[in-house]
Amino acid sequence: MKALSIILCSAWLLFSTACSSSETDTSSASTESTTATGGQENVKDDDSQQDVVKVAVGSKDHTTLVAALKQADLVTSLSNAGPFTVFAPTNAAFDKLDKATLNALMTDEKKADLQNILQYHVTVSALKADFLQDGQLLGMVNGDNVIVSLKNGKIILNNSATIVASIPASNGMIHVIDGVLLPPSK
Amino acid sequence: MKTKLTKFLPLLMLAGLAIQSCKPKNAGNASSSGSAEKAYVAPGKYDEFYNLVSGGFSGQMSVYGLPSGRLFRVIPVFSVDPEKGYGYSEETKPMLNTSHGFVPWDDLHHTELSQTNGEVDGRWVFGNANNTPRVARIDLASFKTAEIIELPNSAGNHSSPFITENTEYVVAGTRFSVPPDNANGDIPISTYKENFKGYISFISVKKESGEMDLAFQIECPGVNFDLSHAGKGKSNGWFFFSCYNTEQANTLLEVNASQRDKDFIMAVNWKKAEEYIKAGKAKRIAAKYAHNKYNEKTHTATSEMKKDVLVLDAKALKDICYFIPCPKSPHGCDVDPTGEYIVGSGKLAALIPVFSFDKMIKAIEGKQFDGDFEGIPVIKYEAALYGEVKKPGLGPLHTEFDGKGNAYTTFFVSSEVVKWNIKDLKVLDRAPTYYSVGHLCIPGGDSKKPNGKYLIAYNKITKDRYLPTGPELTQSAQLYDISGDKMEMILDFPTIGEPHYAQAISADLVKDRSIKFYKINENENKYVTKGEGQAKVVREGNVVHVYMTSIRSHFAPDNIEGIKMGDVVYFHVTNLEQDWDVPHGFAIKGATNAELLIMPGETQTIKWEPDKVGIFPMYCTDFCSALHQEMSGYIRVSPKGSNVPLSFSLGKNKPIAKN
Repeated sequence: MKALSIILCSAWLLFSTACSSSETDTSSASTESTTATGGQENVKDDDSQQDVVKVAVGSKDHTTLVAALKQADLVTSLSNAGPFTVFAPTNAAFDKLDKATLNALMTDEKKADLQNILQYHVTVSALKADFLQDGQLLGMVNGDNVIVSLKNGKIILNNSATIVASIPASNGMIHVIDGVLLPPSK
Repeated sequence: MKTKLTKFLPLLMLAGLAIQSCKPKNAGNASSSGSAEKAYVAPGKYDEFYNLVSGGFSGQMSVYGLPSGRLFRVIPVFSVDPEKGYGYSEETKPMLNTSHGFVPWDDLHHTELSQTNGEVDGRWVFGNANNTPRVARIDLASFKTAEIIELPNSAGNHSSPFITENTEYVVAGTRFSVPPDNANGDIPISTYKENFKGYISFISVKKESGEMDLAFQIECPGVNFDLSHAGKGKSNGWFFFSCYNTEQANTLLEVNASQRDKDFIMAVNWKKAEEYIKAGKAKRIAAKYAHNKYNEKTHTATSEMKKDVLVLDAKALKDICYFIPCPKSPHGCDVDPTGEYIVGSGKLAALIPVFSFDKMIKAIEGKQFDGDFEGIPVIKYEAALYGEVKKPGLGPLHTEFDGKGNAYTTFFVSSEVVKWNIKDLKVLDRAPTYYSVGHLCIPGGDSKKPNGKYLIAYNKITKDRYLPTGPELTQSAQLYDISGDKMEMILDFPTIGEPHYAQAISADLVKDRSIKFYKINENENKYVTKGEGQAKVVREGNVVHVYMTSIRSHFAPDNIEGIKMGDVVYFHVTNLEQDWDVPHGFAIKGATNAELLIMPGETQTIKWEPDKVGIFPMYCTDFCSALHQEMSGYIRVSPKGSNVPLSFSLGKNKPIAKN
């Protein structure tokens, strides 16, 4: 009698295994074919005008910024349709920061701080230099404002960083700046 | 023991249940699971084939992916399309011009991909307008209608747009015979036999540009031409047209065109026709037909009215056309990949005749004729016949091929697809369709090199197949896996309009040629604005041209004043984007005709006649960016005679925020 129940049980097991294994097969097949993580930065397109991320990646003066954008997981967002204005500090601008502070910001523990700083360099609107006016407040992505001033034909942000070049990108404008903008302390 | 066993019965049943519950998943039974995994294309993955499907009475062509059945695009061809501004923008209006004027809606029945050496090449797809006879060429780099040519002396362009194996010609045969355009048409309808003629047209296609030209027409006896296919390989140089109503009835065709046991397939020796043209045997006859072209540089269509056409007389020239008897009102006329077998499908026939090209040539050489029909020799049925598929089903319509020696024929009346072997004419398999199948398609299925992986059946009736949507239900496509011995239905999906014929092509032949945007530097539109600095508003009397640009996320200019009642305003909107998949739209309140949709790098124009004094907002209609809702502006309309000066601006009076 016991033997019969064992047979029945193992038969049951066999069928249920047969079932679940076929389920496993299907799900693994669909896992295989799902898309890679990330967003529009993965789109293969060598024809279109470059977006703000691709422009930054192509600049030898912005390797620190690009590394920081990657560390802060902002590449996907900035590859979106925009429109964005990115104030892009040069490597030299980053070098003006305290080395230990900068290194700390590049660690996973400080990711939120890095995101806050980088988002303070982006506004959702494609602002050409002529759209920037003296006294204008720009609401940045992190929620804080940057103030624009015009002095001697130069555009200065927060009285600390000067726009040294402007590069149009497909999804917005990049204004290269010579200083890093630090969000107001709270 | 007995009682103890019963204790385990529930367990046994459970085990049985486990088997049962496993079964549908693994059995691939179409009715329960739909073999969904075979049609499944994971999110983010590409389909294996493009399926270019006629939109029937919608007048458009749709683009699906196979095997997923996902709809990618509806290409406007013979009808206006509010989704894309086609037929509404000033640039595209000429595409729908005909000798009758602007025709906003037609009926597209068949699609045919261009071929090189008898294989689909992915450059263009052609479509026919069935009502006001025309043929369109769609460019598969832009998925836009590039060209439309009208056909004179024709009425109801049904047996079209089938092509020769190097796309030398696209053909068209008139469905309705009519008096030729330059003859007096004011005659009693009952004089059909004396006065009505059937014209077939050969449209040449330029090798590189694809540009079409009506090379010549052949005047044939008055009958109804139905479908056609070119010979290929050994039969290249010939074209085959099915024809019905050889009774030449002009009323109640339902009865009167079904009197004879056999109608015809007409074999046309087009190489011979070319020789006659070279020898000066064609007559140039007055005609009026439109030739419309869309220029990708100016982003503007032009319509030219042509004045004449070369016509050959089939009766007088004797050896261009031959009739082959074919049972009972043939519809489909399909040539197998080798070019040897011509399959005629009599809608009312109980068998499918298969003709042999070699036998037909011998019959012509040996003059094995059964007299003539209206001066065209009629080949003896048996002299051209290879054999008959006996009792294949009810109401045969169309046949495609898998390249493995099999043919697949649709049967409207018995709602099924039947697979049969071309050599021994034996039926191998049959699969039901849901319901009332018309055309079918196998990728490359009418070419020299079919891909026998899938078959798609296009159904006319879908009662109870989908959630009901009132009196009008969708038509459908049903996808079968035909890689094995038996056809297996794996998917069933709804279609736009009414699909008639469709073709499918490997995605690899098309996808890499797809253009992403138009280069702004190459934009030669008369009213292009290549940068915001060049945006302007120009008054010429009561006509105002607005040279406007759009880029994420504003128009330039976005404030315009000084427009007056009685003005005719043209907004020429150039999309400055040079980025893939970023069209902008344009709409202005109260515009009685339309909106615009402008591809990156393109210029499109809308005509606007303000109907009252006031402020009119305008905005971008295609969600372009995070600030799409901000992409807007205002037009001020003043009374006639007002002294408000014409002005335009962008961002001029933006308030400066104070600390």
